Amino acid sequence: MIEKGQVVHVARLARLELSEQELERMARELSGILEHVDKLSELDLEGVEPTLHVVALQNVLRPDEPHASLPPEKALESAPDPAEGAFRVPSPQA
Amino acid sequence: MSGLEAVIGLEIHVQLATRTKMFCGCELSFGDHANVHTCPICLAHPGTLPVTNERAVIYGLRIAAALGCEVAPRSIFHRKNYFYPDSPKAYQISQYDFPLAGPGELGGIRVHRAHLEEDAAKLIHVGESGRIHGSGASLVDFNRGGTPLVEIVTEPDLRSAAEAREWAQLLRATLRQLDVSNVNMEEGSLRVDANVSVRPEGSGELGTKSELKNMNSFRFLERGIEAELERQRELIAAGEEVQQETLHFDPSDGSLTPLRSKEYSHDYRYFPEPDLVPMVPTEEMLEEARRDLPEPPAARRERYVSELGVSEGAAATLAFEPAYGEYFERAMGAPGGGSAAATAIWVTGELVGSLRQADAEEEPLASKATPEAVRALAGLVEEKKISNGAGKQVLAALVAEGGDPAAIVERDGLGQISGSGELEAIVDRAIEAEPEAADEVRKGNPKAIGRIVGAVMKESKGRADGDGVQKLILERLGQG
Amino acid sequence: MGELLELTASEAIERIRKRELSDDEYFEAYREAAAGDPLNAYLWLAPENHEQGNREGPLAGAPVAVKDIFCTEGVLTTAGSRILEGYRPPYTATAVRRLSGQGARLLGKTNMDEFAMGSSNENSGYGAVLNPWDPGRVPGGSSGGSAAAVAGQMAPWAIGTDTGGSIRQPAALCGIVGMKPTYGAVSRYGMIAFASSLDQCGPLTRDVTDAALLLSALEGRDPHDSTSVGIEGGIKLSGREDLKGLRFGIPRELAVDAEGIEAGVQEVFDRTVALIEGLGGEVDECELPHSPHGISAYYVLAPAEASANLARYDGVRYGIREPSEDLVGMYERTRAEGFGDEVKRRIMLGTYALSSGFYDAYYGQAQRVRTRIAEDFDAAFERFDFVITPTSPSVAFELGARTDDPLAMYMSDYCTVPMPLAGIPAISIPAGLAEPDGGGPELPVGFQIAGPAFSESGILDAAYALERAIGFDAVPERVSR
Ligand SMILES: [Mg+2]
Ligand SMILES: [Zn+2]
Repeated sequence: MIEKGQVVHVARLARLELSEQELERMARELSGILEHVDKLSELDLEGVEPTLHVVALQNVLRPDEPHASLPPEKALESAPDPAEGAFRVPSPQA
Repeated sequence: MSGLEAVIGLEIHVQLATRTKMFCGCELSFGDHANVHTCPICLAHPGTLPVTNERAVIYGLRIAAALGCEVAPRSIFHRKNYFYPDSPKAYQISQYDFPLAGPGELGGIRVHRAHLEEDAAKLIHVGESGRIHGSGASLVDFNRGGTPLVEIVTEPDLRSAAEAREWAQLLRATLRQLDVSNVNMEEGSLRVDANVSVRPEGSGELGTKSELKNMNSFRFLERGIEAELERQRELIAAGEEVQQETLHFDPSDGSLTPLRSKEYSHDYRYFPEPDLVPMVPTEEMLEEARRDLPEPPAARRERYVSELGVSEGAAATLAFEPAYGEYFERAMGAPGGGSAAATAIWVTGELVGSLRQADAEEEPLASKATPEAVRALAGLVEEKKISNGAGKQVLAALVAEGGDPAAIVERDGLGQISGSGELEAIVDRAIEAEPEAADEVRKGNPKAIGRIVGAVMKESKGRADGDGVQKLILERLGQG
Repeated sequence: MGELLELTASEAIERIRKRELSDDEYFEAYREAAAGDPLNAYLWLAPENHEQGNREGPLAGAPVAVKDIFCTEGVLTTAGSRILEGYRPPYTATAVRRLSGQGARLLGKTNMDEFAMGSSNENSGYGAVLNPWDPGRVPGGSSGGSAAAVAGQMAPWAIGTDTGGSIRQPAALCGIVGMKPTYGAVSRYGMIAFASSLDQCGPLTRDVTDAALLLSALEGRDPHDSTSVGIEGGIKLSGREDLKGLRFGIPRELAVDAEGIEAGVQEVFDRTVALIEGLGGEVDECELPHSPHGISAYYVLAPAEASANLARYDGVRYGIREPSEDLVGMYERTRAEGFGDEVKRRIMLGTYALSSGFYDAYYGQAQRVRTRIAEDFDAAFERFDFVITPTSPSVAFELGARTDDPLAMYMSDYCTVPMPLAGIPAISIPAGLAEPDGGGPELPVGFQIAGPAFSESGILDAAYALERAIGFDAVPERVSR
């Protein structure tokens, strides 16, 4: 089904730190769910269009007109680490 | 090392000059304070949703039309998932397998596709900083985040760094005519990445490519590709293999450094963006996109050759260098002067040459030589009112100081000497001055005439018409 | 005061309009009741004399409880997650704006399964919600706080969201009315996304009349939501008391042949079907052949969309941050710390389903199943006006009973999942009380009526007639005291 190595890879893609214990439990639980979900592959759905939207809408567009932006202090209000009017993060190059 | 040919494809991101962002109503800004053009949507607050900017779609369609691309009857947005601080939703809304526009062509290079997407925010690296102990920090400014982009992808049809640079310049000129972007490489409104590989000449296969980024001028684009081709050729010569990687061009020393692969970021997990509905360009949208669309370069070349009798070479220059094309169009709009074929030769030959000499980046329409004047000049030469040589002198004067060609001819006494006693007198003096050459001609060797013609031209200061002079000399020497 | 809290919202609004009741008094009565909240239904409660917007409009004076998944400017909004602890959004959701624009007053924000992922409300980052009928049992989820508040007389009505059953199932388990409208009927702007192609906002109310009133205030096209269309012609109740000429289909796969439907639930369902026939409705069996695959398709699609929707919780712009020297470490620790187990499980499941090499087998296949499920409904609606099923296979289960078995928990949504996959509307109304399998106290049973897209008025009409025939008037013991 799904092995621990795959779980590690997926956890990295999803940016989730999982402990050794969590990894094992996750592998077990995901395997259980996937076993159920895998029954979908038994259905012959050759030529069936995948659903994109349940409502048939197209060309929903907005005129190119400006709205008021947030005052900068409000934009930064919830930031865990604001600095110099910006959002500070650990450097990706670190 | 010979035997290896360059295979280059370009990926170009064009920032659209709309008023607002791609999916929210924040105004686009340049050089403002950080985060003053942000809202819950472009900061990706929980619960916010994108709504597509209509103008951006029209601009995208306009670019597609100018590149001769097939517009997709239905295009959809996808989510391209990756974690990075410049991507607030941790996915970019972009088009994937149903792009706005499919295959097209510009200047003989095939365009693979053109699609709409949103720009990332700006990340400012502040280096070592005290707060987070022992490591650097970066600041994120979301002003740029969400700016509408059109991404243009070419087929790997380019075969040299110079060709890539020239084509990128053609693309910029084409886009500039459309009025949909500032297309400025230094400012980042036009960003050109290159996919570079080499392969044995004649091979149909593609070698492993590397991706070059951050070449923020045409000169750097050429230099970057040149350097990478060199590196790949050396690798192969040394029996090593080219690795697929992304290289960052450093304009300060021209070096290419591999970007540390954004860890595990190569799996973008694209899936259709459920918050947006398909785009099905209507006839009205297409019409609006094509309104006042400048003639595409290929069509223009064809028209110049077949309808105006312009030579192939001149027509290509005029069609692919829209600045000269525009110049030529204005010249032909003047009330009178030379024929299209003659004017085209003057514009693409002498004018290009003297402007290049003055300054490589000089725009013809900004020069002192007006299109009307150059066309009039072509007319004077064509009607043999002045000689070709005198014409060149007039053009140099036009580029240097502007003005009217006829007046310059008058002022500098450059009018053609023909049929009058004056020219006959000059010819006779030249025959006297070159007796040996004159004898040769008399003996039936017309090739010897050159020295005499030269002497005539020298004395007439180029005002004499070459053909007329030759005829007259032969007459005088009893060979006419 | 007890009597005040027994009024339906419509009744109270009518009295306020006639000046028989003071809106402040009414609001205070609910504020007090909610302040003593024994069920952990609320995460935030309006302070005394909380600012009120419009005092006019069809909802004037009605307090409303709002699931904490809706952004409310300056007011705590967490979606039940620790990752948004302390978060005060800079804007308000369209649905909430529509309500306050029509005179409703924000009473409080209700507890929920974290990011709406759950069917028991045990997945809240702020503690489980208890069922007002039996505090040892779950209220259902994910809109469990809203359902418990309404059933527990701590709110006259509430709004919630339904992705796979998150309004209808807790409404059923708490003995109230809950409706999921057609996808696109109500704006999703400001509603924190779980699975964007499925999420819909809808009412949780004491009766069908209130549901119609609240839904008519909520629905409408919103320029901020590209997928919103509203309901053409709005909501209109005819007030008919019979079901003559209406045809009801019982899908074999979701009712007759379904595994795991409790005996008591089945009995109440059968009794209700008999009532429909008594009211002149025609009932027959029908097929929805692909609906048994609904849970599988749902547990691919919803986690896949969620994995992207929840990627924005990265500790950069809002919410909590776990410090780290490197960026990836900051992301991974913040998300590990902020998300609960179920959310992590679904992010993992969705990320896996979308990852290179698996997309077509999972996401693509699930979207094709979805097409088939919608086609099955289309076919059924050629013969029938409505499709009817039990809302939940079981009555409220005990706290902790399914927490160790994710799949068993997922099966709670067996009967409610096909409708959002097809985008169609469905209502759950209380149809009676039944003992759980294996014995226990009598607990509410929900009856589900689904119809074609935008048939809300028709569904509400039928539900109204049936509601009168059922005459469900039980209230939880602790409330009736
Ligand atoms: Mg791109
Ligand atoms: Zn914005």
